[in-house]
Amino acid sequence: MTRFAVISFPGSNCDDDCVRVVNEVVGETGYKVRHDERTLDRADVVLLPGGFSFGDYLRCGAIARFSPIMDAVRAFAAAGGPVLGICNGFQILTEAGLLPGVLRRNVGLSFICEDTFVRVEGRQTAFTNGLEPGSVLKLPIAHNEGNYFADDETLNRLEGEGQVVFRYCTERGETGLPGRPAAPNGAARDIAGVSNVRGNIVGLMPHPERCCEPLLGGVHGRQLFDAVLRTIAGDGGPL
Amino acid sequence: MKGRVTVSLRTGVLDVEGKAIGKALTSLGFGGDIDVRVGRVFEIELPESSPEVALSRLKDMAVKLLSNPIMESYRLELVGSAPGAALGTTGT
Repeated sequence: MTRFAVISFPGSNCDDDCVRVVNEVVGETGYKVRHDERTLDRADVVLLPGGFSFGDYLRCGAIARFSPIMDAVRAFAAAGGPVLGICNGFQILTEAGLLPGVLRRNVGLSFICEDTFVRVEGRQTAFTNGLEPGSVLKLPIAHNEGNYFADDETLNRLEGEGQVVFRYCTERGETGLPGRPAAPNGAARDIAGVSNVRGNIVGLMPHPERCCEPLLGGVHGRQLFDAVLRTIAGDGGPL
Repeated sequence: MKGRVTVSLRTGVLDVEGKAIGKALTSLGFGGDIDVRVGRVFEIELPESSPEVALSRLKDMAVKLLSNPIMESYRLELVGSAPGAALGTTGT
């Protein structure tokens, strides 16, 4: 059984959703690891879930990054272990310097909770291994700070290295339509998710764990979980 | 000794909150095209008696936690009665 460690910070609120999907839908082993622990308990995959770690005080993720467990996450990632940050988890990974850029407040200044379409971009990462480049996933977002930002030099580098993993798009996969930004939150170049250079660390604002069962309105999120299982099994991927 | 760190979005980074506030000021009759930048102020009690050491500690705090250099810059000041107060430095 592949072991998925889901990190619980004070204020995380999607940790149970992640554990449930891994155990009940994907059929592997999901378990929570507290922020103040120091080991990941033989994890094969690490998930940083959504929520409001430390109340989103100061900046989203800015305090969580100093949690004791983050040393273990950092070491796990440095050894090539697959790490996925979802929503607040993505924010924590950027604040920790494990992923480039930062998530700013949405350009419309309001919390956005809706289904979005994202296009699978770039090269294969640990969590997109086996997904068809250019394919479109319907994934829900729910955030106030999802406006991806980095300077132009960094953005150009990310595009060049294939580190843009997901981009907001229309249902048919289009971006860059005149007068119609695909990103609902103002994200630079419609970026919804990025990876590190190696491709084992991925962060995205949409919530794949919220759409893995037909009852919840969609199953596209499951593709990320299946992708990392292929990666673990050595079936393609960056590792 | 008390230190003050002011963190705001870097020059060139669009401040949508500032823009909204600027428009609100315009609609209240304060004139058109009002440029507003929103920031955050941290007032921190410091144990140091030397302004140089206090400022250096304040800078460490600003760099390590209080600001994110990708989007924000900070300004440091010492406030209160210490002679030589208000030695300020700015960083990104």
